[in-house]
Amino acid sequence: MARIIVVTSGKGGVGKTTTSAAIAMGLAKKGHKTAVIDFDVGLRNLDLIMGCERRVVYDFVNVINGEATLNQALIRDKNCNLLYILPASQTRDKDALSQEGVGKILEELKKDFKYIVCDSPAGIEKGAHLAMYFADDAFVVTNPEVSSVRDSDRMLGILASKSRRAEHNEEPIKEYLLLTRYSPERVKLGEMLSVDDVQDILSLHLLGVIPESKSVLNASNSGTPVILDEKSDAGQAYADIVARYLGENRPHRFIDDKKGFFGKLFRSK
Amino acid sequence: MSTDSHKTPNTPLTLEFKSSTFSVPVLVLSSDNLVVIEQQLQEKISLAPEFFRNSPLVLDLQEINKHGYVIDIAALTDIIRKAGLLPIGIRGGNVQQNKQALELLIPVYSIHSGGVSNETQKQKKIIPPVSEPKTDTGADVTTTTLITQPIRSGQRIYSVGDLVILAQVSAGAEIMAEGNIHVYNTLRGRALAGVRGNTEARIFCFDLQAELISIAGNYKISEDLDETVRNKPVQIYLQDQALIIKDIVQHH
Repeated sequence: MARIIVVTSGKGGVGKTTTSAAIAMGLAKKGHKTAVIDFDVGLRNLDLIMGCERRVVYDFVNVINGEATLNQALIRDKNCNLLYILPASQTRDKDALSQEGVGKILEELKKDFKYIVCDSPAGIEKGAHLAMYFADDAFVVTNPEVSSVRDSDRMLGILASKSRRAEHNEEPIKEYLLLTRYSPERVKLGEMLSVDDVQDILSLHLLGVIPESKSVLNASNSGTPVILDEKSDAGQAYADIVARYLGENRPHRFIDDKKGFFGKLFRSK
Repeated sequence: MSTDSHKTPNTPLTLEFKSSTFSVPVLVLSSDNLVVIEQQLQEKISLAPEFFRNSPLVLDLQEINKHGYVIDIAALTDIIRKAGLLPIGIRGGNVQQNKQALELLIPVYSIHSGGVSNETQKQKKIIPPVSEPKTDTGADVTTTTLITQPIRSGQRIYSVGDLVILAQVSAGAEIMAEGNIHVYNTLRGRALAGVRGNTEARIFCFDLQAELISIAGNYKISEDLDETVRNKPVQIYLQDQALIIKDIVQHH
């Protein structure tokens, strides 16, 4: 049975698109046929991060309007042949999406794909609403600072009350927390909320912590999902997250100060 | 000439029905021995005769009926009137007692706010919390709303009776009840109990970090909360129009 995953946050700039790209690639690399959809109509950039912007011919809105078939619009990823990207339109706005149209496309994708990752736009308006409406699982991307945590909390409320599952009184959406741009050093200095602080406020199942890392920016600029950079800390963190989501039991990393271990070893007294 | 079936068009409206809430003492009886009742009532009144003089009173017969005692309502009201109190109703009575009370022109009230009676207490479960407050004020006042999911920022919950929440209430969330509010978890949002004027309503919470607490319109904001009451189990109630916040666990 196909699962629809929404990557959402409320707040912008926390790493939704980076996460969507990495998660979708990770699932495909594990052998699951995966589609990733950009719901940010008008401000598309998933295709940039996936490095396929030059191959976009038809987009999500064209398919909704019946101007192209789903197969025409889906772009196969250059690194993994089990991964497909459905890009957003850059020339339209979010009103071009309709609940009925989105529902139809997702139903069609469910026949052929194991996982469908929906990259939500920021905010809680129409685009974000449609991205989460049909979801089975939600990856809530949060930065360790109060406004991001508050927005995630707001988003969780919307997931719990306004999704299709909520409206049909079905089992609620499974919610997972992804803490991104985490810096143990700054937590130590008291400049950032700790994992425990965020967990205390949101009380969600923690799927993983992504450390603040240069590799994320490098990956975005070069158009390759960061999960493919297996040497990088962020790439490994996303690989852990995918494995945990698929049921593997992996200990959490990147939560403690890297220097902590050596600091303890060489502590001079 | 009788005018009772005619409306005089030019006379302004001379009456109006309004809903109002009163705080009335309730006398809970647990014995059918009228002699003992009279004696103990006199003792109580002698402690504060001014307070009790001509005070309205509702008789609670629940305990009596729980033990299966038989009591004569007419004789009982006589004793109470003799003591200088004015019985204005009974509650928790059986069919026989209710009938007798109505014959004596004493109204019969249903049990609520503190209800122990299982027959009259209904429980309603809301799994996905509603985001809009319910407006059907005609609902049963004994309704308790039970919520097991976290109340997130931006969500609003309204209960016409008591509100019991087992999960956390986030900052930016708002919970309201016409009765009491119980939060068996962290309370970070706004909690308003007795929103229709019930000054007897209370708020109980496991961990007080609220943005605002209010009982019957008397409120305190987060800044007014003393450090000694934060982050611990407390109850909040109204005394002389002041909000009192107290540890639930009393240390003797």
